[in-house]
Amino acid sequence: MDPLFHAAPFIGYVYPNETIIEWTVLIVIYPYLTGLVAGAFTVSSLYQVFRMERFKPVAHLALLTSLCCMLIVPMPLILHLGHPERALNSMITPHWSSAFAIFGYMAGFYVILLMLETWFVYRPYIVQQARESKRPLQWFYQLLSLGSYDLSEKAMSYDRKWIFTLAVIGIPAAHGLHGYIGFVFGSLKAREWWSSDLMPLVFLFSAIISGTALLIVIYVLSCRLRKVPVDLPCLKGMAYALWGFMMFTLLLEGVEFASLVYRGREGIEIIMEYVRGPLLITFFVLQFCVGSLIPLTLLSYMIWRGTTGRALVAGVTTCAVLVLFAVLMMRWNVVVGGQEIAKTGKGLLDYHPPIFGKESLLTSAALIAMPFVLLWIMVKLFPPWEKQEARSASLAGHSS
Amino acid sequence: MTDSSKPPSDARRAFLSQLGLAATYTGAVTGFGALGVAQGVAAKSETPATGGSFPTPDYDWTGHQWAFGVDATKCIGCLRCVEACKRENDVAGDAHHFRTWVERYVYLEGETRARIDSHHDPVNIEASGSEAEYRFADRYKDAKVEKAFFVPKLCNHCTHPACVQVCPVGATYRTKDGVVLIDHEYCIGCRYCVQACPYGARFFNDEKRVSDKCTWCYHRITKGLQPACVEVCPVGARVFGDLKDKQSPISLFIRNNRVQVLRPESGNAPNVFYVGIDREVG
Repeated sequence: MDPLFHAAPFIGYVYPNETIIEWTVLIVIYPYLTGLVAGAFTVSSLYQVFRMERFKPVAHLALLTSLCCMLIVPMPLILHLGHPERALNSMITPHWSSAFAIFGYMAGFYVILLMLETWFVYRPYIVQQARESKRPLQWFYQLLSLGSYDLSEKAMSYDRKWIFTLAVIGIPAAHGLHGYIGFVFGSLKAREWWSSDLMPLVFLFSAIISGTALLIVIYVLSCRLRKVPVDLPCLKGMAYALWGFMMFTLLLEGVEFASLVYRGREGIEIIMEYVRGPLLITFFVLQFCVGSLIPLTLLSYMIWRGTTGRALVAGVTTCAVLVLFAVLMMRWNVVVGGQEIAKTGKGLLDYHPPIFGKESLLTSAALIAMPFVLLWIMVKLFPPWEKQEARSASLAGHSS
Repeated sequence: MTDSSKPPSDARRAFLSQLGLAATYTGAVTGFGALGVAQGVAAKSETPATGGSFPTPDYDWTGHQWAFGVDATKCIGCLRCVEACKRENDVAGDAHHFRTWVERYVYLEGETRARIDSHHDPVNIEASGSEAEYRFADRYKDAKVEKAFFVPKLCNHCTHPACVQVCPVGATYRTKDGVVLIDHEYCIGCRYCVQACPYGARFFNDEKRVSDKCTWCYHRITKGLQPACVEVCPVGARVFGDLKDKQSPISLFIRNNRVQVLRPESGNAPNVFYVGIDREVG
């Protein structure tokens, strides 16, 4: 059986009640997943709203990824609650002064929006499967078609309007959802490490890079599994987006950190002790050097040299994996880091998540894996690939 | 200084309840500035609480404005308050859950920063022999101590509580008589309030799976009793009373001393008033 609580060792002076780190690794996973949702949706919108044709091969995949991640987003939160059965209280009797009261509504709204957009995007496929597939799968598609089999040009044009509108609404919704999580942390004045006006922006931009990186990895992996060539213009497009948004992310994080140090308010000594000590590995080595500097340098080099073909695929995928890791570390450094610096401004705590148990590394790993299990099922039911795979093959051949 | 451990007499309470809604009480709170006055005026329009929602059905929460005082110059660090609180409120008997605790500040000769510890310090736990025994270790007996004092800490029952602001379901709230409470039947256990409190006054109750903290012994004060920690303090370092009563221990404590609050820059407007604390106390 789980112990009732895990007390964190500390140095200096911390308040007695602070010795239990209350927002555990599950609260690290929560903004991480939300970030993947926002980032993947951004890539989807680049095609659906801005008509960037080069993102067409991943547009549907991005939408499905976003939906699968979003369906899992509430889980770490609910698991973390002392009374999960009361979770809906925040929607039944929301306390509007709380930054968190709106989460249920925003998340609910966004899930509905994602499901609606996915439905419109896949309607032709659903109708086709409702007519052609075998039972019992046919029943499933018939149910999903909602009785509408009209694929006339008029109906399709109507659908396209809906997709466009939902994608347009989805951009502020996805980014709002994630920026607001940054606000949840940034608005807490009790913790100097969190209390920053830049926090929502830092969260937002890191979300976009994590979602883009995730799509790169899933797309390249799916091409490998399907044994089809990677669409290089599409991959290059995502690499450019990753590079550009990484610049913003690093700049914002740099400015945020610099202003924290420059302001030098009460407790800055202990913050600097934390930065030079425990944060050295998780922030400077893992998040900054391994996860940010290396991929940024590698991407810059590949863009400068005009790298293409297999080298580009391998290089961009490596960068994407590193970025995914860096953003996870960023979430860790914010959520855990904020609690490892004591509110007293005179002490530091040391949080080590347990391997087993409700709020453990194992649960977190399972929560991160769940969207991808869901995605695997979704991809089987709603293939996001283009019909004419020869087209992407020819494009790949052309660019290489 | 008044005897803070003496409960207010029935006669005085009866007198107060008669006067409770009269204009006199507004005068009693003017010393606390516009915020206090505004709240007092607002409270006048409230109907007295009735029915079974209160421990004492005849208790009128519009007739009181509770506040707490700490005279750090008197505290001897005996930790009877901590023990009484734990027993009275069924707080877990370990070194990580406290509704109230006492900090020790020691300035050694030649050092510019205070050495601070409390009951959760491993040295103190070792000295007392158990996490459930509350004692400060005599760790500075061989050192040259320049200055030392104890500071009792507890929930500040702020006028603008950050914990209440962030609660997503409204399970924690500020009562009309100035006490911040938690509805354990409604709290979802998200611990946002624990993060928001700048004083580290809140903790997670692992048994009930909800947030927990000091209530100024609301179940006692609404019956005319003192909070347990005030009751047991052998030196009168803890003072509690009604700001609407100009002769109450807390009113006299605030009137007769230069008081200060912890972290005023937080904007929370705490209602625990301190005397005799140093610059490093926060």
